[in-house]
Amino acid sequence: MRYSRIFSERKEDKLTNIEVQGPRVSFVIPIGNGIAITESVVIGWALIIIIAIICKVLTANLKKVPETKRQVVAEWAVSFVNDMVADAMGPKLVFFAPYIATIFVYALLGALVSMLGLRSMTADISVTLTWAVMTFVIITFYKIKSDGILGYLKGFLSPIFLMAPMNVISEVSLPVSMAFRMFGNVAGGMIITALVYGALSAATSALGLSIPILTVGIPAVLSAYFDLFSGVIQSYVFIMLTMINVGMATGEDS
Amino acid sequence: MEENVVMAKAIVLAGQAIGAGLAMIAGIGPGIGEGYAVGKAIETIGRQPEVKGDATKTMFIGCAVAETTGIYGFIVGLLLLFLNPFLKYLG
Repeated sequence: MRYSRIFSERKEDKLTNIEVQGPRVSFVIPIGNGIAITESVVIGWALIIIIAIICKVLTANLKKVPETKRQVVAEWAVSFVNDMVADAMGPKLVFFAPYIATIFVYALLGALVSMLGLRSMTADISVTLTWAVMTFVIITFYKIKSDGILGYLKGFLSPIFLMAPMNVISEVSLPVSMAFRMFGNVAGGMIITALVYGALSAATSALGLSIPILTVGIPAVLSAYFDLFSGVIQSYVFIMLTMINVGMATGEDS
Repeated sequence: MEENVVMAKAIVLAGQAIGAGLAMIAGIGPGIGEGYAVGKAIETIGRQPEVKGDATKTMFIGCAVAETTGIYGFIVGLLLLFLNPFLKYLG
């Protein structure tokens, strides 16, 4: 009985009332047992539509010599990604640029929607793991293509056959580490911001102030760091690691 | 009887809190490693200012890779704090 009081108090505590949960289920498609559509999927589709509209607008009636501003912007974006991919993967693999650009724009906007008060899309392990598995499939495809299926399987037995379990782990750890790195950074930033916000509002109510003065400026600084800086850096790092790993798998290092 | 269950719950929760704190020891490694990497990058830029772009790019990637172990520890800590994975074994 003595201890149960602690737990009943714990629930009413302001600091532990902070919502730290996965993405909410927005709606359920009534097929079979019901397919739950989470916030991340809804935000993702909204972003896809927005990006598609932007691309459509930017590339409408292109001229050989750019006359409009939007064509200049579109050309700058395309050549930026092309140069980046050619720089990191070698000029022969520039055809990866659309894939890289897609992931980059999607990850960037997915992290930046948290500035609008929505839940960041990359704070969902399903999203980042999907991208990481896509990259892993491409890497495995190119490894098999360059070494042959037997050569690929033989690679697991080097330097000696005893190392096979280690090689399997190192192979699988690549997508896992890529997914968790991005997820951990963004989700961690989200949780820290929520905790600081809760602590500041608790501090203001402890001081007896009716207006939450302490929660005005400080969370914005944290949000600028975690949402803006961390989101951009992690998106960049994700595509950079994708490019480097795929480039290594094709065996055509620049 | 009920008090025993509550006591067991308290012990599990205490263990989780301690475990989450211990998991964050993983933050030491990336802190030292990233500091070293950034220091070396600045040294390189100071010696050869013309490679600033490449050095910064490589440094960011290296930092992100070095950060991974810290992130793993952080995720373990989060799971322990917010998911209470061991409470279900109490039956």
